[in-house]
Amino acid sequence: MGDIKFEIDGKTVTADPGMTVLEAAQKEGIYIPTLCHHEKLEPFGGCRLCIVEVEDRGWTKYVVSCVFPAAKDIIVRTRSEKVDRLRKTIIELLMAHAPDAPDLVTLAKEYNADPNRYERSASFCIHCGLCVRYCAEVAGKNAIGFVDRGINKEISFVPDIAAQVCNDCKECFPLCPTSYLQAAFVYTQALSFPDAAKTEQSAGK
Amino acid sequence: MDIEKVDQIIDKHNGEPSNLLQIMLDIQKENNWLSKQALARVSEKLSVPLTRIQHIATFYKAFSLVPKGRHKVHICVGTACHVRGATRILDTVEDATGIKPGETDLDLKFSLETVNCLGCCALGPVMEVDGKVHGKMSPVKTAQALKTYE
Ligand code: SF4
Ligand code: FES
Ligand code: FES
Repeated sequence: MGDIKFEIDGKTVTADPGMTVLEAAQKEGIYIPTLCHHEKLEPFGGCRLCIVEVEDRGWTKYVVSCVFPAAKDIIVRTRSEKVDRLRKTIIELLMAHAPDAPDLVTLAKEYNADPNRYERSASFCIHCGLCVRYCAEVAGKNAIGFVDRGINKEISFVPDIAAQVCNDCKECFPLCPTSYLQAAFVYTQALSFPDAAKTEQSAGK
Repeated sequence: MDIEKVDQIIDKHNGEPSNLLQIMLDIQKENNWLSKQALARVSEKLSVPLTRIQHIATFYKAFSLVPKGRHKVHICVGTACHVRGATRILDTVEDATGIKPGETDLDLKFSLETVNCLGCCALGPVMEVDGKVHGKMSPVKTAQALKTYE
């Protein structure tokens, strides 16, 4: 147990085999910003915010800490000039989708990011995959998934499944860092099972 | 496409979830598109969530979630074909079939797509119908070639 020894921000830390750098840091109370990480879910590496600098046998590289396995004798720096610059750009790119997401607004202040640096995208989903992964991995309902790819990638409910299970669950709603998930749900509901929406309204829910 | 046919394809691949992609390709080939019923059946028999199937079906261009025509017309608009007048060929096809790229006509006769280089630039402008290459096309030749398809 705890037999991997390495360094984060000058502090010697230990990790068990299979642990990621992020997990080791969190165990020690060292903060690394994350957006797509969730302790109940498999690492995803989607948002790239948790990027850190790793020095390994004299080589410096930049890795995504939530999927990077802890290794013996590496030196991790959670902040450096370059890390900060990379993070700033990542925040700016995410803000092209979701300029009002509270987490991003806070981070933008910290890293001096300009929300208007990149052209606005019509969709405010940032593809963190929290909703999709939670539905599949924890709720086990598979009511929502990704469709398409690249810049056209979107989340999408499977209407038939959503109509049956979502109204009694909605556990993924608070996970969404933007409000896209709620919007997508209302949209799906209005198109595919409007009756449920009506009952909900008249019941004053 | 009837469910029995879908079942046959699934059985041919031993109902293995790891053969999902191949099964979807076979259905696409047999039926020209992936219907909701067919995909629901695959999901049920293979115990693979529909969300995953949906992701795959929208990820690859080889799949279509809407019905496709009997004949697939691909007009090359790659650089070489473009400078040799691919736009006029495309216009001719659009006029003759009444559909734009990405569309299928009401009789399910033609589906039209543009592609970026079919790998035979010397034959440009190129039209490909159901895998058969028609090279050095002119608007007149194009209109004539389309008439030969039923
Ligand atoms: S809808 Fe929200 S939770 Fe789901 S992938 Fe998009 S940003 Fe993440
Ligand atoms: S938290 Fe590591 S990539 Fe999102
Ligand atoms: S550009 Fe048309 S075949 Fe190459």
